[in-house]
Amino acid sequence: MKDRADLVIVGGGVIGLSLAYNLARLGFTDVVVLEQGYLCFGASGRNGGGVRQQWSTEEHIKLGRQSIDIFRQLSRDLGINIWFRQGGYLFIARDKQTTNELEKNVELQNKMGVPTRMTGATEAARIVPGLSTRDIEACSYNPDDGTLFPWPVIWGLARAVSQLGVEVNTFTRVTDIDVKDGKIVKVVTDKGSIATSRVVNAAGGWSWQIARLAGCDLPNKPYRHEILVSEPLKPFLDPMICDLSDGTYFSQTMRGEICGGLSDPDEPSSMSTASSLRFLGRMSASMTRILPRLAAVKIMRQWAGYYDETPDGMPIMGRVEGIEGFIQLNGFGGHGFMLSPAIGKITADWLLRREDHEIFEKYNLERFSKGKVKKETLVIG
Amino acid sequence: MGKTIVCRCEDVSLEDLEEAFEAGYHDIESLKRYTGFGTGFCQGKSCTAHAARFLSALVGGDDVVADPPRTRPLLHPTPAARFMNLSEEGQEGEPADEEDREDE
Repeated sequence: MKDRADLVIVGGGVIGLSLAYNLARLGFTDVVVLEQGYLCFGASGRNGGGVRQQWSTEEHIKLGRQSIDIFRQLSRDLGINIWFRQGGYLFIARDKQTTNELEKNVELQNKMGVPTRMTGATEAARIVPGLSTRDIEACSYNPDDGTLFPWPVIWGLARAVSQLGVEVNTFTRVTDIDVKDGKIVKVVTDKGSIATSRVVNAAGGWSWQIARLAGCDLPNKPYRHEILVSEPLKPFLDPMICDLSDGTYFSQTMRGEICGGLSDPDEPSSMSTASSLRFLGRMSASMTRILPRLAAVKIMRQWAGYYDETPDGMPIMGRVEGIEGFIQLNGFGGHGFMLSPAIGKITADWLLRREDHEIFEKYNLERFSKGKVKKETLVIG
Repeated sequence: MGKTIVCRCEDVSLEDLEEAFEAGYHDIESLKRYTGFGTGFCQGKSCTAHAARFLSALVGGDDVVADPPRTRPLLHPTPAARFMNLSEEGQEGEPADEEDREDE
């Protein structure tokens, strides 16, 4: 392992690797990425692979659109098939208030060039054969949203940055971050130390722990999010389905499996990735309510990962007052993967002072003690 | 030409494991994900041992065998209908084994 680097990225997930990838392509390669486990160990290897542009805030719509444009080219760029498929996203509303919110969102999305439209239950059942129209008030549907297989994205990015000269160290745990006179000076790991003046905290569910090593308190909390996968079926389901009444989402993977999860309002913050029978029961009930024919489908496996949640549902990005060189890139909740291409690009441009971006002011850690932020309401699971 | 199948559910061959090892995946979790062995219908019941033996021979030591990929429910693929009415009785899995953020 190098003992000195221009920049150290803590976290070899999709956020850290996207940043490394964009930096390296701009010629900035004196970078070390530190991953505590194997590639795909954290949420980047545990999520459902949904990629969407349907959001309630302009920032997220912009990031989502930019990310989909990049994902569309990524198999070719990385030389690995990421199984990107634009089958659309169908949001289901089961009451008037949610319908009104979806209508407002669709209007904003249309204004920004995203071709989302409202549909009734009958039209939705044409898009999703077998959909139960019962109790559906309305849906919003964007045919350009999609899904992908997260693992090859991680492998492809790791391979690409390694070839460009970035060092990616797996099974390397950060044990300390030295700060001297308010400046980052060193990252200590269980495999040795790296002298550096800049550290990016892209550690997802572990971000709060990493920040604390540098003496910084993040308001982020990790929440276990459970997910399951069924036996493979003949392809029949085009879009990702999201039921806003309980936060259920599922899609059919390119391997034919049904893969999805749902929110649990009673889930406490924890560092647990245990599987629960409670989830299996709730998810089975919810997915069969949406698509009754799934009752006969065999569930193969369930697992869990972390949502790295902030108090306002928006990420923490940018500098930290009082710790020069400490950069946050975390708090992406359940949508870090889908926004990662845009985040990586914007952050690389910002770090190399090619292009500033308001996001690093707006979503700065300081906002929790100072300003106000518009909350993202279209958060699933 | 014949080939040795390691994982029958996902049709993963010995050559696939060798290729993954060549590509730098030297731990059992990565090998599993990169080749897909153990991710099919039997969830690794018949192939994990074969893959572990392959890897042990290359990296040496007992680590591979001592720390196999995590076993997750379900024990056997089971129709969703069997769990549809479980939700309220559903119980939690094993307790958290790491530091609890709430306890901080």
